[in-house]
Amino acid sequence: MNVKEWIEKVENEGAYDSVAELLEKIEKSKLNAFIIVTKEIALKQAELYDKGEVKGKLAGIPVAIKDNISTKGIRTTCASKILHDYIPPFDAHVVERLKEEGAIIIGKTNMDEFAMGTTTETSFYGVVRNPHDLDRVAGGSSGGSAAAVAADETVLALGSDTGGSIRCPASFCGIYGLKPTYGLVSRYGLIAYANSLEQIGPMASSIEDLALLLEVIAGKDWRDSTNVGKDFKFVELEKNFKVGVIKEMRANEDIQQFFDEFINSLRKIAEVEYVSLPSIKYALPAYYVIAMSEASSNLARYDGVRYGYALDTLDSWNRYFSKVRAEGFGIEVKRRIMMGSYALSAGYYGRYYLKALKVRTLVKNDFERALSKFDVLISPTMPSVAFKIGELTDPVTMYKADINTTPVNLAGLPALSMPIGFVKKLPVGLQIIGNYFEENLILNFARMVENEVQFGEVA
Amino acid sequence: MIDENVVRYVANLSKIEVSEEEVEIFKRDFKKIIEFFNQLDEVEADVEPTYHVLPLKNVFREDIPGKCLDREEALMNAKHKEDGYFKGPRVVE
Repeated sequence: MNVKEWIEKVENEGAYDSVAELLEKIEKSKLNAFIIVTKEIALKQAELYDKGEVKGKLAGIPVAIKDNISTKGIRTTCASKILHDYIPPFDAHVVERLKEEGAIIIGKTNMDEFAMGTTTETSFYGVVRNPHDLDRVAGGSSGGSAAAVAADETVLALGSDTGGSIRCPASFCGIYGLKPTYGLVSRYGLIAYANSLEQIGPMASSIEDLALLLEVIAGKDWRDSTNVGKDFKFVELEKNFKVGVIKEMRANEDIQQFFDEFINSLRKIAEVEYVSLPSIKYALPAYYVIAMSEASSNLARYDGVRYGYALDTLDSWNRYFSKVRAEGFGIEVKRRIMMGSYALSAGYYGRYYLKALKVRTLVKNDFERALSKFDVLISPTMPSVAFKIGELTDPVTMYKADINTTPVNLAGLPALSMPIGFVKKLPVGLQIIGNYFEENLILNFARMVENEVQFGEVA
Repeated sequence: MIDENVVRYVANLSKIEVSEEEVEIFKRDFKKIIEFFNQLDEVEADVEPTYHVLPLKNVFREDIPGKCLDREEALMNAKHKEDGYFKGPRVVE
């Protein structure tokens, strides 16, 4: 359900009843999209809306928030045992913005533990199921936000994207998700995993809704020193788009064939050419070296002293910290912290971390070269449709699913995933990458694609 | 080469206690992950490293006192506290 449809529903039935209905749906749901449902807060806000006391761009509209985004007075777990009882004493910048614009906060969504994963299977609270097939994953790490939007358990949702965590579940669940340019949205209150790569972004069931939510969350905030202080405003454009299809970003046979047919349809409305970005071959290992290195540093703060999982008895610091972290973190988080420590340790820093940062320069240069010739670059968002639950057992096989999404984070560019049809009844996503701060161009291209390309279905 | 000692070494650097069983699991996983990382050895990258993608300079603001967390808020998530302070583990063995 998009914003327009929701507003119509609220006009007929009132916000209170509409929200109550939504909450009941969540309660009966098999998806496991939410870790926390903020029932009382949502109903109270709906009541105020019905009394005409709420104003703003998101007045009366339910928004779900990924559970790595701090909400004052509402548990924020990062889907980890180590933060199971954690209650932030402050709101993230984006949450302040939602409140200022009158949104109804409906709950905190399930995710991979500390956003480390592609399937939500690493969540302490269990996997999020895909609304299109309950035996499949919703994708990760913002799987709860995507599933909730796809199944009408919310209207809008916030996700975060470090290496594809908005775009992957958007693709798997058949919704829209946008990773903004690095620095457009304040990360203040986003619990850090790999802070040079991640951005908070909107997830929704229409392009207009994505734009609306981005307008609300983008903008200046001095508390994030990497925030550039730009606002975002959606403006409709008529344009002849020059589109580059990235040769190195491919998918498995079914999806590739589907995607090639899509390219043929696209040629009728845009100038389409293939473009090669050779360094992308090395983007995936470079991404994982950087992400794990930053994770090992960022997650050093979980020591069971100031907040988070703690033991009953304080021991010597070495034993206490090591035990708290052993009991509080799940296996994928441990893997990433430890591999990050390894990549940063004496003797390996130059070979792995520094080398990865140099590859990052090559990737950035390749994108900049391509984007000097094309308005947007496109690829399949994911190399496959949603995985079966339990299908990926080997960590490196899981990492390889991020092959088309991670290069974008290395370069800090904006990228959107939109649904363009189905393969074997499961949604397929198109990834649209634009130049720095060209979110408006990306959204306009997406709108044109949606209006003018006939989407296919492969049985 | 990843062996038990390397796993124990990085576990200690990371302050994560590992069981015998976990050492075996991580040994297996780390071998695969290192092999995956080693693809970077093929790259000739005669360029400057990129730590941050945007050319950001230091940001300055006026030095005006603002609101901080009060003591109660700051302590509300801590299990061990005493007289309005966090209580931590012993640092001297």
